[in-house]
Amino acid sequence: MTTLSIGSGIKTSFTLRGVEFKNRVFVASGTFGYGDEIHDLVDVNRLGGIFTKSLSWKPRSGNPPQRIVETASGMLNSIGLANIGVQTFIEQKLIYLRTFNTHIIVNIAASSLKEFCDVLSLLEGQDGIVGYEVNVSCPNVKEGGMNFGTDCKMTAEITSHLRKLTNKPLIIKLTPNVTHISEIARSAESAGADAVSVINTLVGMAVDIKTRKPKLSTVTGGLSGPAIKPVALAKVYEVAKAVKIPIFGIGGIASTEDAIEFLLVGAAAVQIGTMNFIDPAISVKIADGFENYARENKISDIGTLVGALDADVKFSVIQSWL
Amino acid sequence: MNSMVQQLCPVQSCKKIATDTFLLRFNSPDIVASAQPGQFVNILTAEIGKGPLLRRPFSISRVEDNIIELIFHVVGIGTNLLSQNQPGDWIDVIGPLGQPFHRDADYGTALLVAGGIGVAPLPFLTNDLLKYGKRIETFVGYRNAGQVFTKHLQNVRIATDDGSDGFHGNVVQLLELFLNQNNFQKAKIFACGPTVMLKALTELAKRKSICCELSLEGQMACGIGICQGCAVERTEDTAKYALVCKDGPAFLSTEVNL
Ligand SMILES: Cc1cc2nc3c(=O)[nH]c(=O)nc-3n(C[C@H](O)[C@H](O)[C@H](O)COP(=O)(O)OP(=O)(O)OC[C@H]3O[C@@H](n4cnc5c(N)ncnc54)[C@H](O)[C@@H]3O)c2cc1C
Ligand SMILES: Cc1cc2nc3c(=O)[nH]c(=O)nc-3n(C[C@H](O)[C@H](O)[C@H](O)COP(=O)(O)O)c2cc1C
Ligand code: FES
Repeated sequence: MTTLSIGSGIKTSFTLRGVEFKNRVFVASGTFGYGDEIHDLVDVNRLGGIFTKSLSWKPRSGNPPQRIVETASGMLNSIGLANIGVQTFIEQKLIYLRTFNTHIIVNIAASSLKEFCDVLSLLEGQDGIVGYEVNVSCPNVKEGGMNFGTDCKMTAEITSHLRKLTNKPLIIKLTPNVTHISEIARSAESAGADAVSVINTLVGMAVDIKTRKPKLSTVTGGLSGPAIKPVALAKVYEVAKAVKIPIFGIGGIASTEDAIEFLLVGAAAVQIGTMNFIDPAISVKIADGFENYARENKISDIGTLVGALDADVKFSVIQSWL
Repeated sequence: MNSMVQQLCPVQSCKKIATDTFLLRFNSPDIVASAQPGQFVNILTAEIGKGPLLRRPFSISRVEDNIIELIFHVVGIGTNLLSQNQPGDWIDVIGPLGQPFHRDADYGTALLVAGGIGVAPLPFLTNDLLKYGKRIETFVGYRNAGQVFTKHLQNVRIATDDGSDGFHGNVVQLLELFLNQNNFQKAKIFACGPTVMLKALTELAKRKSICCELSLEGQMACGIGICQGCAVERTEDTAKYALVCKDGPAFLSTEVNL
């Protein structure tokens, strides 16, 4: 694995629970499929890693249409965790994903603690998976999903059970739809999570004023895209103040500049989501952008940017929640 | 079959051809090389951050040498931006996408049916069916005479909602009249248009026992099968939903519940 990108002398990699990732740019769950559909349009081997679409024990067909609405600088989705199920993933996708020269982190979604454990246990026996991201934050399903991630106890319980089942990196993906995300992050940390992903989508809705109907079949959906970036940054900042484990910063990242903002407020790495739909190669452009930024600013290790925000916390409101 | 690319493509021309209707021509040898009738392209209507967030899908209307032609209605912000392109401008295009129409089935006459801008994919399809030696009858419905655009089509019959051109009524009624007057042993319908029209057509095809293939629209985020956004319900329960962008946009009328 290339730690130093060739010729540049800039350290781009970072390590999580013994796994070395070649850089700090990842693609977010649900926005890159299982990694195999999109590789015509982007060199996946240039990525730090791929977070797969959420996988559940059984296949899920997802919510009825309409599932997508475009909004100002963003979009709402109510996909409802449509996925092929963990068994089919292992049989049909994993063999191919193993040929990639990047790390695969499987995102797991479930409607019960038992289902989380079953899915992870089945994956543990497979080669080619370096770690797990646990989705306790999907706003588009009635059972499980966000109901787990809005509760400190549930988050801790799921984390500690899964911790016992694996020695690989365990990353808990948090929802912003809570009063204080830092409390949920602390629960995940103390229950043994190696990192947290911040944030999943924000609950939102849109209405057709001609028909007076909600535009999404599920009435509400999850807001993503550039519109949520300021919210996501504040959530990452809050979490970074509360926990010591690394943070994957997610939310509306559309450029290298956006991604660097996330590093500065405390993200150890970033995940690109919605923007993959608009520019499938954007993640690789951002990986290149990190190196250019480092070169221009005479930085030898991208890691030195993590949490390097120059803020006077005297006036910080978030500080009073922590 | 599907070797999609993402490319910056030079615009050759962009002209108004009917009320709110534009013909855009751009150069892309790579897309032309693998494009088939019924497939579409997904276009960024402005630079990232300067226009709407998502790409906009458009059927490939015709290919000629290294040029792709699109026909589109201006209905909102994205199509408005697209209509402002000038020769020399560049557009960011992903394509060709989706499954083409199944042209090779066992039938003698192709009945091409379109409502409004649903006419867009028909010129490409017509050209291809001629190569297969099929007889083609085309039926197109518009709101009024001002919208009518029938270039590169064969044996065209027109219906308008207001009667200002051709048959006074909708295109499915026009097709039914035609079917009542003519006896077709082996025909296949290829259709594109608004969902209400496709529903009525599905009924007609069922009554007349004619095979019918529909090109569907669906709200898309990615256009390449990764977001699961463009779901349409399947009639058979193998999987509950199909994806318009990847499994379609062309589906047999018996495959989907509109
Ligand atoms: C496979 C496919 C092929 C198409 N081919 C053509 C074509 O050849 N010519 C043509 O004029 N139109 C075509 N359309 C419809 C075209 O994509 C929409 O008219 C266009 O996206 C509208 O964008 P807007 O910004 O102008 O409108 P807005 O109403 O501002 O768009 C808002 C959002 O709704 C979506 N949207 C609006 N109308 C439609 C629609 N009918 N279908 C799907 N999404 C829609 C947009 O993509 C956007 O995300 C096709 C659609 C699909 C799915
Ligand atoms: C269409 C769509 C599907 C998604 N599916 C999942 C999913 O299956 N699991 C998950 O943990 N997050 C899912 N997400 C959330 C994203 O991974 C990401 O957290 C969120 O979109 C915010 O980042 P962004 O603004 O860059 O898109 C999905 C997002 C979108 C837009
Ligand atoms: S538009 Fe994303 S799957 Fe069809």
